[in-house]
Order: sequence, then C-alpha cells, then structure tokens
Amino acid sequence: MVQEKLISGETACYHCGDNLPSKAYHLDNKNFCCLGCKGVYQLLSSHQLSDYYVYNDVPGQTQKKQNTHFEFLDEPRIAADLVDYTDEHVTVITLYIPAIHCSSCIWLLENLYKINPDLIQSRVDFLKKQTMITFRNDDLSLRQVVETLSAIGYEPLISLQDVVKEQKSNTEARMLLTKIAVAGFCFGNSMLLSFPEYFGISGLEQQFKDFFGWLNLAFALPVVFYSGRGYFESAWINLKNGVLNLDFPLALGIAVMFLRSIGEIVTQRGAGFVDTLCGLIFFLLVGRWMQQHTYHHLSFERDYRSYFPVAVTLINEGTERPVPLSELKQGDRMLIRSNEIIPADAILLKGYADLDFSFVTGESAPVQKVLGEVVYAGGRQLGGAIELEVVKPVSQSYLTRLWNNETFVADKDRIKTFSGTASKYFSIVLLLVASGAGIFWLFTDPSRALASFTAVLIIACPCALALSSPFTLAAVLSVFDKNKFYLKNTSVIEELARIDTFVFDKTGTITNPETAGFRFEGIITEAQKQLVADLARNSGHPLSRELVKWIDKPAQYGAMEYKEMVGRGISGVVNGHQLRLGNAAFLGIEQYNQESSSVLVMVDGHFLGSFIAAKQWRPGFKGLIQKMGSRADLHLLSGDQDQDRQSLIPFFPRIQQMHFKQSPQNKLDYIANLQQFGHKVLMFGDGLNDAGALRQSDLGIAVTDNINNFTPGCDAILDGENFAKIPQFIQQAKDAVKVIHFSFVISLIYNFVGLFFAVQGILSPLIAAILMPVSTVTIILFTSISARAYARKNKLL
Amino acid sequence: MNMIYMLIGISILLALIFLLAFFWASKTGQNDDTYTPGIRLLFDEQPAQNRAEKSDEDHL
Repeated sequence: MVQEKLISGETACYHCGDNLPSKAYHLDNKNFCCLGCKGVYQLLSSHQLSDYYVYNDVPGQTQKKQNTHFEFLDEPRIAADLVDYTDEHVTVITLYIPAIHCSSCIWLLENLYKINPDLIQSRVDFLKKQTMITFRNDDLSLRQVVETLSAIGYEPLISLQDVVKEQKSNTEARMLLTKIAVAGFCFGNSMLLSFPEYFGISGLEQQFKDFFGWLNLAFALPVVFYSGRGYFESAWINLKNGVLNLDFPLALGIAVMFLRSIGEIVTQRGAGFVDTLCGLIFFLLVGRWMQQHTYHHLSFERDYRSYFPVAVTLINEGTERPVPLSELKQGDRMLIRSNEIIPADAILLKGYADLDFSFVTGESAPVQKVLGEVVYAGGRQLGGAIELEVVKPVSQSYLTRLWNNETFVADKDRIKTFSGTASKYFSIVLLLVASGAGIFWLFTDPSRALASFTAVLIIACPCALALSSPFTLAAVLSVFDKNKFYLKNTSVIEELARIDTFVFDKTGTITNPETAGFRFEGIITEAQKQLVADLARNSGHPLSRELVKWIDKPAQYGAMEYKEMVGRGISGVVNGHQLRLGNAAFLGIEQYNQESSSVLVMVDGHFLGSFIAAKQWRPGFKGLIQKMGSRADLHLLSGDQDQDRQSLIPFFPRIQQMHFKQSPQNKLDYIANLQQFGHKVLMFGDGLNDAGALRQSDLGIAVTDNINNFTPGCDAILDGENFAKIPQFIQQAKDAVKVIHFSFVISLIYNFVGLFFAVQGILSPLIAAILMPVSTVTIILFTSISARAYARKNKLL
Repeated sequence: MNMIYMLIGISILLALIFLLAFFWASKTGQNDDTYTPGIRLLFDEQPAQNRAEKSDEDHL
C-alpha cells in the first residue's frame, strides 16, 4: 500500500493527482504539478493540517486556474445580501463550494480554525456542497474569509441567483416528515388498541371496549385534521376546477371512514375503522415522501443568473469600484479580468477579447473580438483584462432576454400522468357502485343501506392505486440516478415513455467538447513537431494545450523570447529556430482558407501548414443513432455554420431535418411547430442558447460533462459519458409504465375482494384492517422488485 | 384490571415523549443532512504524526 502510493507519487501531483509536467515543483520530497498545488500544501502543512492527505490520496483540485477577485465582498450592500446572520461580533454565512467531493474536504473545511482562529466554526453539508462558517467580524472581513477558502483550493461560487438561499426553503419537506411522524405514531397506537377488539373481548372486559374506542377516536383527530388535511384541500381545489383526481376518492374515503368511526363508537355499535384510517394516511404520506426525490447537488430551477457574478468592477474616472449587477447601467465602463464572465452586452473598448462562450453555445473553442465590436453577455474572458462599455442592462441582453419569453413564465406541468387519467374514471365508477349498493339495500333491507354505501367508499379507497405510481417511479428514478441521468421529478419518466421525436443540438451535445486530435495539412517532420510542442507548452490557450497533449512528446527545449498575442498566436525561439504558431493574420499569410480551430505553423519564416482540430462525435453517438434511427424521427438544430452538414448526413437521413444557423428563438419556434403537429418532442441541448428550446419541448434533456455546469430550463440532466444509454433509458421508462399498469390491476383485484364484502354491507373493521395493509405491501413489493428487474433486463443495473 | 388504564396512559405518554423528541430533532434541522455526520464520526482527533505512536500504545 505504502509502496503503491510512493510510485504514484513520482508521476502524479501530490495535491491534485494530475500528471507532472517536465518541470515539476518539489517540496518535502513531494511533487506538485503547479505552484498553486504546492502553495496549498505549504499552507496546510504549516498549520498542522497534513491529515488532509491521509484520509484520501490526492484529495485536492488542480490549482492551475487563475483565482477570482473578491473585492466586491467589501461592498457592504453586497455582503449584507449574502450573510445569514450578523451582529457586532460574529457573522454567519453559508457558502456553496463546488469543489467539495471527498471526506478530506469535510475534514479540512471543518478545521479552518487551525488556519485562522477567527474562523470560529465551520460545518459542511456534503450532499449540498455547502459550508456554514461562523467568524469574528471584528478581525476578519467576509472577503478575507472567502480568500482564505480560495487559498486552500475551495473557492466558493457566489453568483447572482444564490443557490444557497434557494435551498433554504426546505420547510415543506420537514413538514411532510412531521405529518408522517404524527400519522405513524397514531397508526401504531390505534392498531394496538384495536387488537383486543379483533381477537375478541370477553364479557368481563366490556368496560375497556368503550375506553379503547374513545382513545382511538382521539388518535384519529390529529391524523385526519393535521396529517390528512392536504388531501381534503387538494380534492376541494380540484373539484372547484372541475377535475377529478385521485385525491377526491382518497378524501372521500378518509371522511367516510372518520364519520362512520365516530358514529359507531359514540353509539357503541362497533369499533370503527380508526386503525385502517391512520394506516391509510400513513402509507399515503410515505408514498408522497418517496415521490419528493430531491438532488441536493443539482438544481433545475437555475437560470442564467446563477452563473453570473454578483458584482462587476466599474471604472469611473480612473478609480475601480465593485457594483452590484442590478445597478449596471447603459454607458457604464466595466473592467473584466481574466476568467471573469461578461454580464451584459457591451462594446469592447480596450484590450484583446478572447472569449470562451461554451456556457452559451457549448462550443469550447474561444472567440476573438476586436476593438469596437459588440460582445454578447455570457462570454468568459480567457486573455488579460479588458474594458467594455455596457450597451444594454443585464436583463435586456441578447441571451437573458430569452427568460422574458412566455415559455419561461408558464409553469410546465402539462405532463399527463397515468394515475391522473385513471383516477378520473375510477372516481366515477366508485361513486356509481357505492350509490348502486346503497339504493339496492334501501329497497331490500334499509338497515344495511348506509352501511354498504359507506363500506364501498371505505374499501375502494384507492390507497394501493395511489402508491403504485410513486413507488415504481421512485425505483426507476434511483436506477437512472445510478446511471448519472438525473430527472427533475417522477412525472418526467412517464413523459419519456411517450416521446416520438428527437431533436439534437450539435455543438457540445453530439460533439465531444474535447477535440479528438489533429491532422496536419502540409509537411512537418517529427523534429519540427517537437519544436512546436515545446513552444505551445508555454501557452494557456485551450488549443495549445490540446496540441501539446496530442503531439505527446516530453519537453526537450525551452522557449526563448516567448511572446503571446492573446487570441492570435504565440512566437518564440526554440533550439535556435524562430517559431510562430497561430492564425493566418498572426503569421502574416494572406489568402489562406483557414478552417475553424486550426493552428498554422511557421518555422524560420517558412510556412509549413496547419494543425486542424478534428471534431469528434460524442462516444456512442453512432450506436445511439443506429439503435433509434429506424423508428424515431430525428432532427438537428445547430446554431453554427453548415460546414458539418456532409459529415452528419449518415446520421440524419432526412436532410431537410437538419437546420443550421438557428438562433435561440428559431430553435424554440421549431419545436413549438413540431408540437403543433402532435409530436412529443425530446430535445437534447446544453448551452444557454438551447434554454428556450429545452423549455418548450415536452422533455428537455441537458447533456453535460460536468453536472455542476449550466443546465437551463431542462427537465433532466444527463452525464455525457452515458449519452449512448438513451435507448435503454427510454425502454426503462416504457417498462415502468407497464409496471404501473400492472400494479393498477393488482390493486383493482384487492378492491374487488373488498367490494364483495362491502356491497353486502358485511364489511367488518377486521377485514378492512387486513386488506388495506396487505394490498399496500403487495404493491410496494411488486413495484420495487419489478422496476429493478426491468432495469437489469435493460442493463441499467 | 383497572391497572390497565394507568399502564395504557403511561405507554402513550412514553410514545408521546418520543414523538416530541422527533419534532424537536426535525425542527433543529437534524434530519436535513443525514450524510455528513456519518463521515465526521470517522475522523481522528489526533494529528497524523502522533497517530503511529498512539496505535502502538493501543497494542500494549
């Protein structure tokens, strides 16, 4: 074990586990890939926090990325919005830290006081990736707290739409748990108190019968009026809107059971159905709880704001000042540093803009802008600091305007569920049977009329039916979860089973964000490749990094006179040769038909040719199309030029269904148009420009390689590595619907058995007390087992 | 047999105490994070360099 660790320690960074570069950094016999990682190690070991490296191997995150500026936290107005609590001495703040991923993270973040004693206490919530920090505000400012975290590699994400604040409203979940606890408590007690009745009380003990009955009634009160209250409210609201949903027969059953129990106990004619009533509500609430599956690490409600910073630096007569984004006005001059996001449409005034729009388009190749050009919001500056003049406030920018579209205002709850449809007919049939039995007995034996009418409503109370959907869907949800396919809620599964039309976005969705490799057009020797690699090694540009990785030669020479023109190219002297890498303009070549993402090479003034990055389809895309192609209707919507049209024809046989140069609004309209022809549309997208289409589609799936990435307006998030499993997911969804149908039949059989007794007016509390839990347990077992069995068949488990 | 009234009263009272304890736990947020405390439990109080010596003491 120790030996293994030593070996890996020789080739990988001790802090983050990345491969070591040729010039590694050393400290205490340990190797580091960059100064950042070494710095974190140094800081931790000087504060006796080296245990961080004991709990897990390489627990750190790479520190190669540049750090963010946090001046805006000194602005009292901004800070006041972020903190949870503050008084003269201490401040409490909850921060979202995406880097939290292992037990070492928890240990380190909870031992912050060893770094600075003014950080009095810190608590990590691992699943939510949050840390609550209490610190002395006399000696430490909020900015210093955040900078301390940043220095040890745990930079919090502080954005315009605060993720932390949103998650705080989990009182509803707590309330449901309390309701379940009350129902469970009363269920257990009333069951015990009902046993004597079921087993037969001897004449001697008749006095207890009344006592138990009254106690039972006392237990029924909190269950009906507190735990079961939601069913009455929901049934009433739906009735007013002319909808018969499953809550109606449930509320009716609860009410009838409660009233009949009161009648029987008060008049001392029977024991009532209190234990069945409590059990029913208890199981129903458990089913509802199962359905409230939440992902702590994901949010489906985030919009562009959660990726925008809270503040931006303004330049006003030579002074820099952080200002909240909401106060940004047209004509303001902002300073965007390296790695910061441009929050509003603006004109470039100073510097070279080299922008990564991957968060907008999914395309990771940077876009260059020249002075005076309009830059749209959402780009991340890769080069040095730039200055821009705001032309539109944040909410009116080209991309953020999408959120003013009516698709985003309307709630997306048009998904029809099976239990919703079935319950309508169920309620009608139930009422017919109940009144039929009542009327029949009214004419034959009036004393039994009321008993049979109420008994039908009690026994047919669709408890098992109400549980079949939640338990099946919850089981499927956890299967999907294991395959890194995260759904917003359970009704998405039923929608997935109905999909017949597939729409794909191109960049970032079906193409792999990382380039597969390069091909060289022209002639280049291996020795020259070595020179190119040694020069490109100095650059932080994504294309340079990919190129170094692809050439795959260990560093041999250093580069002299190295110069980088951001967004244009790099030059330098390597082993006595003058090298220039970059675009045509940088190399001074005219009339060269340059392809996108290519690197031109010039050695000692001779143009050799260019490295052209090959686009690669996401792994499994071909197989996916082959599996779906025959029966599904495939469409492509791309915001790019149509240079890939030829290579996509094999995948999209109907050429007229490939559309290029689509604006976000075009995409949204295209999907709305498909829906008008009755298609059920599934949209695969990623960036902000797909947000409208994802939202409009019947089912929007965001495909991403990092689930913490931007996933706007979608119903489901799919990890890119499992892209090829989509046909299996769809099959599993279809199987889940089958399971729901079948369990519906099972619960109907139980209902018929109960009805046999009920219509005759001879339903005893004992039969109800046995039937209800038995049917419930059958449904729970059947749905969970068969949903997992199907998952195994579909190779998802 | 009148003892039964008292026994039932006591048993319900006991159960009520547990129910109230659950309310208290829920209200103070103890059910909000059910994952992290389990990991926290596994951390040692001792710094790394002392651990080797300490484990020897345990064997003695």
